Amino acid sequence: MYIYIKRFFAVALVATTCLFSVPASADEPTQHEHEKVTESINEEEHKIEHKLEESEAKFDIGSMIMHHIADSHEWEITHGVVIPLPVILYSADRGLEVFSSSNFHNEHHEYNGYHLVHGDSEQIVPVDESRKIYDFSITKNVASMLISAVILILVFTSIASFYKNNKNKAPKGFQSAMEVIILFIRDEVVKPNVGPKYEKYLPYLLTLFFFILINNIMGLLPGSANLTGNIAVTMTLAVLTFIIVHLNANGHYYKHLVKPTGVPVPLLLIMIPVEIVGVFMKPFSLMVRLFANITAGHIILLSLFGLIFIFQSFVIAPVISLFALFLNFIEIMVAFIQAFIFTLLSSMYIGSAIEEHSHADHGH
Amino acid sequence: MSLLTPNPGLIFWMLVVFLLVVFILAKFAWKPIIKGLKDRENEIQGALDLAEKTRAEMIQLKSDNEKLIAEANAVRDQILREAKDAADRTIAESKDKAAVEAQKMIENAQAAIRNEQQLAVSKIRKEVATLSLEIAEKVLQRELKDKEAQENLIAELASSARLN
Repeated sequence: MYIYIKRFFAVALVATTCLFSVPASADEPTQHEHEKVTESINEEEHKIEHKLEESEAKFDIGSMIMHHIADSHEWEITHGVVIPLPVILYSADRGLEVFSSSNFHNEHHEYNGYHLVHGDSEQIVPVDESRKIYDFSITKNVASMLISAVILILVFTSIASFYKNNKNKAPKGFQSAMEVIILFIRDEVVKPNVGPKYEKYLPYLLTLFFFILINNIMGLLPGSANLTGNIAVTMTLAVLTFIIVHLNANGHYYKHLVKPTGVPVPLLLIMIPVEIVGVFMKPFSLMVRLFANITAGHIILLSLFGLIFIFQSFVIAPVISLFALFLNFIEIMVAFIQAFIFTLLSSMYIGSAIEEHSHADHGH
Repeated sequence: MSLLTPNPGLIFWMLVVFLLVVFILAKFAWKPIIKGLKDRENEIQGALDLAEKTRAEMIQLKSDNEKLIAEANAVRDQILREAKDAADRTIAESKDKAAVEAQKMIENAQAAIRNEQQLAVSKIRKEVATLSLEIAEKVLQRELKDKEAQENLIAELASSARLN
């Protein structure tokens, strides 16, 4: 996108200089000079038209969408408003290096022996290809995550202080708004699915729900990061659930994996691999479900907005805007639903792993 | 597809930040919130239980009161009945006594009358006897004098004796 903007500016600059040079050259009485200037203006105009056509044709909706849903080393709120973020690199030979991502704002996107590659997503690679670096930069997603973490901590510690200060009083204001959700998660999601020992897992599951929810909603804001639509984030959450399930699972759960009840011995040859694949499919499905839902929502919204730029029509733009508004409402709903489903399934997986009695499993 | 390859740096930060959020919220937010909710639920449950208990106590108290009133009524009725019985008995007794007394008095009177009568009769008898003797004496005295006068005298005496 940058490059087009730059071109537009260049074209505009050339055009204005040409226009200003018209009266200047008109002072010269010579016919020859005049013709020459007209010719040059025509030439410039032709160039401008050509460039405009070129840039119109080159509006690449795919790369625009990818740019918006991918992570970045700087936070571009809108065109021209860019917040540089710290780049943190670790390499065996140079140790820890911290510098601002604005250092890459040069012609070759190079700084200090590192090259910022703009592909589907940004990547920092060392110019010397034999070196191996680890990129722990505070990217747009990390920054957004930190903001959401701060918001979560501030909101819920302040709500907690309500409970401490107004003990045994009716809830009011924001506290009662959050209390409804907390009670819903506790009574409708965690308690029935995890079972009697639910209180041990409640803090994790509540945090999970509100973390996903706030990041889903923050992702819908214009100019924000697409955190829950990033596979690294959903993978981490899914793996944490997987670890919690398997650290707390009882003997019955593990026994069930290698010897499912009521299965004839020859079938075990098939059943055991199926059970083991099932164990890994659960977190995998968690990871993909959240990632795909949020990313798909963003792609649909961005495609709609991209249509406005493709058609460049005053008739189509309002229609598409209405459509996008409608989809935005659906996305808000999806934000809640996906947070709810992730929490619900995590509770179910934990519940099925710590279940005491030994009747047929229903966690699949 | 770069979209499907997780970035290790982001995983690292995600782990660090998310676990920190979990621990901070668990310690400073969820614990007091869950405790507050539970306390309030217990409080409400306690208040409801207390109300239920109080209601049961009220019902108990009411029935106790009713029982007490019934008992008091019963006692009052009994006392009244006893008093009435006692009064009745006293009246009956005094009536009987009076009757007996009256009977006795009547009997005494009758006995006295009878005694008086007998006395009178015996007195009359004695008088009559004396009178008869006198008459007889007089007759015997006059018999010897006049036969006609004798007869008159007897008639006279007889009539006067009958009057007596």
